[in-house]
Amino acid sequence: MTQLVTDIICPFCGTLCDDIEVEVSDDGKKIIKVTNACAIGAEKFLHAQSPDRIVRPRMKQEDGSWKEVTYDEAAKYTAKILCDAKKPLMYGWSSTSCEAQATGHMIAELVGGVVDNTATVCHGPSLIAVHDVGIPSCTLGEVKNRADRVIFWGCNPAHAHPRHMSRYSIFSRGYFTTKGSKSRKIIVVDPRPTDTASVADYHIQIQQGRDYELIDALRVALQEGPLPETVAGVPKEKIYDIARLLKSGRFVTIFFGMGVTHSLGKNHNIDIAIALTADLNKYTKAAIIPMRGHYNVTGSGQVLGWQFGFPFCVDLSRGFARYNPGESSANDLLMRGEVDANFVIGSDPGSHFPFKSVKVINELPSVCIDPHMTPTVAVSKCHVPVALVGIEVGGSCYRMDNVPIESRKVVDPPAGMLTDGEFLELVLTEVQRIKGVAA
Amino acid sequence: MTKITVNLITGRTIQQGVSMEAGKEKEDYMKSCGIIELDAVDIAKLGIWKNSNVRVVSDFGSVVVKAIEATQGPHPGLGWIPMGPWANMVIDTNTYSTGMPTFKGTPVTIEPAEKETVLSSIDLVLNACKE
Repeated sequence: MTQLVTDIICPFCGTLCDDIEVEVSDDGKKIIKVTNACAIGAEKFLHAQSPDRIVRPRMKQEDGSWKEVTYDEAAKYTAKILCDAKKPLMYGWSSTSCEAQATGHMIAELVGGVVDNTATVCHGPSLIAVHDVGIPSCTLGEVKNRADRVIFWGCNPAHAHPRHMSRYSIFSRGYFTTKGSKSRKIIVVDPRPTDTASVADYHIQIQQGRDYELIDALRVALQEGPLPETVAGVPKEKIYDIARLLKSGRFVTIFFGMGVTHSLGKNHNIDIAIALTADLNKYTKAAIIPMRGHYNVTGSGQVLGWQFGFPFCVDLSRGFARYNPGESSANDLLMRGEVDANFVIGSDPGSHFPFKSVKVINELPSVCIDPHMTPTVAVSKCHVPVALVGIEVGGSCYRMDNVPIESRKVVDPPAGMLTDGEFLELVLTEVQRIKGVAA
Repeated sequence: MTKITVNLITGRTIQQGVSMEAGKEKEDYMKSCGIIELDAVDIAKLGIWKNSNVRVVSDFGSVVVKAIEATQGPHPGLGWIPMGPWANMVIDTNTYSTGMPTFKGTPVTIEPAEKETVLSSIDLVLNACKE
């Protein structure tokens, strides 16, 4: 007889869907079927069972081949490269639990490392903008129940957050939005006619990189001020129409993604998007939410915030926390050759950093903690596979709207495999021994 | 040889997400991300068949990917490589003191490269590290 495990949290994206159901074998060891998850989330659960999964730590040899080692040996190597380094980079953290992050930060404090998370290539500019101008925000529950005007600016949830639209933002029926998508007007701003745009009421095909101008024009249009004939490739009549549509709503929510954070302007694009939200509050209720990627990148920002006061690129090399994006951020440090060891957990910079940074990682003493084979593993000297958080071990995670949710264990990890938290504890103990610090 | 210049942007696709979770060392990941989506007009300008290999070159590097017709278009003048190591060979590395490289809005030239091969993610990164 198979068993059905219900109310599982999906450990893929920042939507943290909490209604996944997983059918497991009667001995609780094998996942048979995943329901309710999106295609990406389901694949994540199923790939945990892959027969070619790497289950033991390994070190790269001179000839490029891998040699299996014990977790103790891997922990000793990790502790040594971190302690030997003057300024080790400890990057990632977004696909692991808050508890593991907190343990990792204790190591970073002892070795004087720089702790950066995936926000640095995702919503880092959004965090800088929040420092600049604050943020009027809300929870996804409020969006579901109240939002009758929803903007997706530079994001494509149909591909990146596949169940966001059905659970919260377009199709869901809420307390004041009883007719689902018919209760809302959906606006998509994107230089491409995306699959999200195809289910929206309005698609604004903006010229790429002209977000600041168009948001500024919308702020003018809210006051019926003068505009040129076109702004960012959009006719002024359409801008006035959208401004009136927003003002007529009872609850406006702006979701924004990499379209604004990755384009030139970066944090300034978000500064003005937040200013637009503040302006809209003169006419109606409005909130703005970043579409966070990794399932616990928000949690990493939270934990760093509690412990050091800053949400990403925290430099502990002087014994106290410093924060200066552009100086203490992962890509700037790597490309300028300012770090002398590389530690990666819960992310894949080998795939998602510019190659110039990846090449530097290849030359450094390095360790990668990751359940799977990735380009980061390929350029690292030590690979430590671990149990998957949210599938093989539980732990706290933060949804994109900063709501903490406890993820659940579904099946056992492969025999003898450690979790992120357990491996980091081994490293911490070894670092304390090397540094002569009492546990 | 015909060359065209387009504005390159990168980002997620659902195929990128699924193949990423299924294993980045696998062929599906290369097929999902080792591509450039071009508008039909731009493919015609380039004078190539759809689904043939092209070399994408920017001030920051170059990479061979397969040119396919835009799945979410039309968008003449805009090229799209799903986020991943292929895109990251050519994107603008400048962070302008924000920490964030400029993943969207890199001018690139594209030229036919039918006799060159698209490498797997692991081979792409390891080979480039040797150069």
